This record gives sequence, structure tokens and C-alpha cells, in this order.
Amino acid sequence: MGIRFDSVTVAYDGNVVLDSLDLTVEPGEVMALLGPSGSGKTTALRAVAGFVRPASGRVFLGDRDVTDLPPYRRGIGMVVQQYALFPHLRVDENVAFGLRARKTPKGEIRGRVAEALEMTGMAAYARRFPRELSGGQQQRVAIARALAIRPDVLLLDEPLSALDAQLRSGMLAELARLHRELPDVSMLYVTHDQVEALTLADRIAVMDAAKLRACGTPRQLYRAPTDEFTASFVGGANLVPVTVGTGGVFFAGTEVKVDTDGVIPGAWATLCVRPHLVGLGEGPNQFIGTVTEIQWRGATHRLYVNVDGHTVMADLRELKNPPGLGDSVSLHFASEDAVLLPAGVSHG
Amino acid sequence: MAEAVQKARVVRGRSRSSPRPFGALVWALPPIAALILFFLYPLALVVQQSFHPDTGGTSLQPYADVFASEGFRHALWTTVWLALASTAGCLVLGFLLALVIAFVPFPGAKAVARFIDVYLSFPSFLITLALLFIYGTTGIVGSFQFLTTPWGVLLAEVTYFTPFVMRPLLAAFSQLDTAQLEAASSLGARAPRIVRRVILPEALPALAAGGSLVLVLCLNEFGIVLFTGAKGVTTLPMLVYSKAILESDYPGACVVAVVNVLISVGLYGLYRVVSRRAGA
Repeated sequence: MGIRFDSVTVAYDGNVVLDSLDLTVEPGEVMALLGPSGSGKTTALRAVAGFVRPASGRVFLGDRDVTDLPPYRRGIGMVVQQYALFPHLRVDENVAFGLRARKTPKGEIRGRVAEALEMTGMAAYARRFPRELSGGQQQRVAIARALAIRPDVLLLDEPLSALDAQLRSGMLAELARLHRELPDVSMLYVTHDQVEALTLADRIAVMDAAKLRACGTPRQLYRAPTDEFTASFVGGANLVPVTVGTGGVFFAGTEVKVDTDGVIPGAWATLCVRPHLVGLGEGPNQFIGTVTEIQWRGATHRLYVNVDGHTVMADLRELKNPPGLGDSVSLHFASEDAVLLPAGVSHG
Repeated sequence: MAEAVQKARVVRGRSRSSPRPFGALVWALPPIAALILFFLYPLALVVQQSFHPDTGGTSLQPYADVFASEGFRHALWTTVWLALASTAGCLVLGFLLALVIAFVPFPGAKAVARFIDVYLSFPSFLITLALLFIYGTTGIVGSFQFLTTPWGVLLAEVTYFTPFVMRPLLAAFSQLDTAQLEAASSLGARAPRIVRRVILPEALPALAAGGSLVLVLCLNEFGIVLFTGAKGVTTLPMLVYSKAILESDYPGACVVAVVNVLISVGLYGLYRVVSRRAGA
């Protein structure tokens, strides 16, 4: 069952926290809502769950308009950052909660609980209390509890944010596996972490300041972002203002050969290059700048290079002889790795 | 340097494992002395007096006399059932009111919660007086006979003591993770099930705390019973009062007082055991 937002607007006390969202999640698709805090992504999820009422617009689950339905009649699975397990109930009773609430026949409950716990690898912990489990285990129980009612739609609100980094990558793989095992379940995954979104999502909806900025597959958004916010939020990017010529743009006195289709010559635009696609030394599209900062990150060095007043970042495989601060270096990148974006805030 | 740190650690470690008995005693002595002087000694006097009948000597005669009297047995029964019924009433009413204040969004919910705090500072007879103004013989609504019956006392005690249950409950409810309520709701649970299966279990410690407090306060309540003017309603504190002040039967009054204390402590202990069994 898919999810559809039809110009959904949510406002608290006249503050618009979600501005006319139009978005469709296809049946069986994982859609990540990616954005910084306060971007409206959690509000969008809560509108689907039924905890916030849109000021205008409709929310659909499949063909069903659920805008006016209370949460308990929506049949949605939900997993939140802080697990929200019932502390006085054992793991199996937590998982059975939704089944009992939905009047599942008694004889069926035991099997369904076992199945859900099996699926999340928590079968051995059925008789524990939540407080006796680690954070990662508690989140698995929360996922089992949400899946036990066999929802068509699973909402995940920053489910991994409370876990430490190592656990997070493990859980990410688990969620991907669950998605493969439950190909019909649509998932709406709210996160501020671009790695989670890139790893898990079939498509990503990038949100900022209550608005949807861009929506596309992770590859599309990463390789060919359409606006400055998306480019920098998904993957990080060098964004430099350029003037458009014919067949190329001018940056720091150098002509850069990029695709300028659809851009008027002479106009301002923003050139977007991913830091790891910038190379050190001679090459095509070469420009010279001064090193202002150098960070060693184990496998890579990150250079901050001042080029004609703009900072360009370059992520390079660990350098044997890294340049020093103030050194003059040559940087280059391949034409196909650069994307031209409409002029935005980087022109400040 | 490192050696000094080592040494300091050893010293601190020793002082923690075996605190100097003298130092600890200095701090413990004043409160213990105060406790003995102002609480235990008078209590001991009361107990002692209860074994000294007016005829002189030390005997169990006052106990035999008091236990044999119809008035005492009646007062004992009245005290216990009134306290238990009042506590039950306070728990039910307090839980429902606290639920509404905490979870049903209505304008002024905060103000009502604040008012509960103020209400706790009112003297108990004030509530009884207010009830008399409304339902008493010359009351606004008119004369209602029930005010001078045990039911009047029950009404007054429930009215007055309910906020004592609500205070800890509201504190507990404000600690409750709203994400749990939302999770329950999206799992398909409606309000009654959420209250029964999520809120109530987590409110049990607060209910136990509020309930045990109210139980003890009700057992010893004097002002409310006195002010309702209920002639037929004699509770143990009233009996102590009438024996000591009106009949000048001090040994008898002391016997009743001792019984009252024992029941208070006993019921309180029982309540705690039961509520701990219940998982609170």
C-alpha cells in the first residue's frame, strides 16, 4: 500500500511547519525523508500516523483518505527514536500488544509474536523486560512490535539515532534485510543522516525549512542534484559561483568545460563538484589555490584550498607528502563530475 | 606527584570503607535526640499512662474496660471502614481527574494543576465548612441530612484528600513518555485500553504513595469529623478527644490512642506490602 501526500500543510499557532507537501511513496518502496532538524520531516511522518492534523491537504494510504481517521484505525506500524517500549511488559507482551488491541484471535497471537521476534532476531529474549536489553535490542523489539500487526506501511522516525555508530551500521543492514523479506511493506524513513538515507532508501525526499526541496533516487540526487541545498546536504559538495559561457563556465579565470544545456550564456550559476572527485596536481579543468587547512582522516586527507576567495574542499587518498599550510597547489576535476546548478545562496 | 595521588587515594579509600564512628555519631546525635525528646518520649508517656488506671497501680484494666465497651468497638469499625472507603474514593476520583488534567488538552489545565498545590495547603475543616455552607441545615442548596451521617464524613474526606492522590499522579503522568501512548495508539489501542494497559501500570507507584498517605491521614482525621457535627459518627480520634477532654478518663483516652497508632502503622505497613506485591 502506498502513501500519498496531497498538498499537506501543517501549522502550529500560525507557524507553518510543513508547507504544501506533495509526495507519493509507491507500494513496497522505501522513501527517506532527509533534512536537518526543523525541516518538517517528522511532521510529515506524524501526519501519516495521525498525530498531527493537517491544516489543509489530504493524506492517502493506498486509495483510502485517512486524513480524518484516528491513529488506531490507520493500521500503521511505527518505530521511534526512543523505542517507546512498554516498560512493565515483557518483550513478548510488548509485541503482542497490537495484536490484542486489534482483537486477534487468542490462538493466533502466540505464533504471530514468535514470527515477529524471529524476524528481528529477538526470539531468545521473549521473556525479558525492556530494561534488561541494550538499546539495539530494544529497537529490534520495537520493530518486531510494529511488524507483528502486519502493517502495509511502516513509519520509522530516526530509528537509529539513539544507537552508537557501530550498532547503527549493523541495524542499517538489518533494516535492509527486513525490507527484502517484506517487499510489500512501504516504509517512510525519517532521518537527518545522509548515509542512512543513501544506504536504505529507494528514493530520497530532501526537506528544508518546511518544504520539499528535491525527490529522486539516491544516485540521481548524488550524481545530479538540482539545487544547492540538496547538493550540500546529500554527500557534501563544493559550490562555487561561476559565469556561464558557451560550452563551459568561468571560474577563477579558468574555463571549465561542462554541460551548459539550458543555461543562458553570461548568467550566473553554481558549479557543484563532490570533494572526493577533486584531484591534486595537473589535469583538465585545472586551477591554482592556497592551502588554508588540512585534515588527516585516516584513509583520506581533506584539503581546504582558497581559490580566488572561495574555499574548495578536496578529499584525497591519504597523501605520502601532504602539502603544508599556505602552499600553492593545483587542483583539477573531470568535466563529467561537475554539475551546473541554478545560482543560489552561494552567491550570497 | 604520582605517589602523592596514590597516597591520597588510599586515604580516601580507607575513610570510605570504615567511617570514623565518632564523626558519624556527632552528625546523627542531634536528630536522634530531637526525635526522642519530641516524639518517642511523649508517645512512651501515652503508652505508660494507658497501663495506669485511675485506681492506681499498673494493670491491663484500662484495656479490658475500653475493649469491652460498645462505644469503642463501634468507633474502631467506623474509623477503619471510613478510612478505607475514603482512600478508595480518593484513588478512583483522583486517578480520573488527574487523567483528564494530564491527557485531555483543555484551556486552563495548567491552572487547575497549580490550584491542586494550593488546595493541599487548606486546612481540612475548611472543606467541611464549605460543604456545610452548601448542604448544611442553613445551607444554600438546602438542608441535607446526609451531612451528619458517615456518608457526609466520607464525602468531606474524599473531597479534601483527593488532591493528595492527584499530586503524585500528575507528577508521574508528566514523566510518562508520550511516545508510548502514541505507539499504543498506532498499534490499534483506543483510549480505555491505553489507560488500562499503559498508563495505569506506570501510575501504580504514584497511586501507592498517594493512597498510603491518604489512608493514614484519614485514620487520624479529626477536624472533618468534628465539623460535620455528625453525632452518630465517632471515630477513634473523636473518642480520644471525648474521653480525655469531656470525661477526663485519661487512661481510657490513652488506650484508644495506642490502638489508633497501632492501626495506623499496621494498615500502612500492610498497604505497602500489598502495593509492593502488586509491582508498585
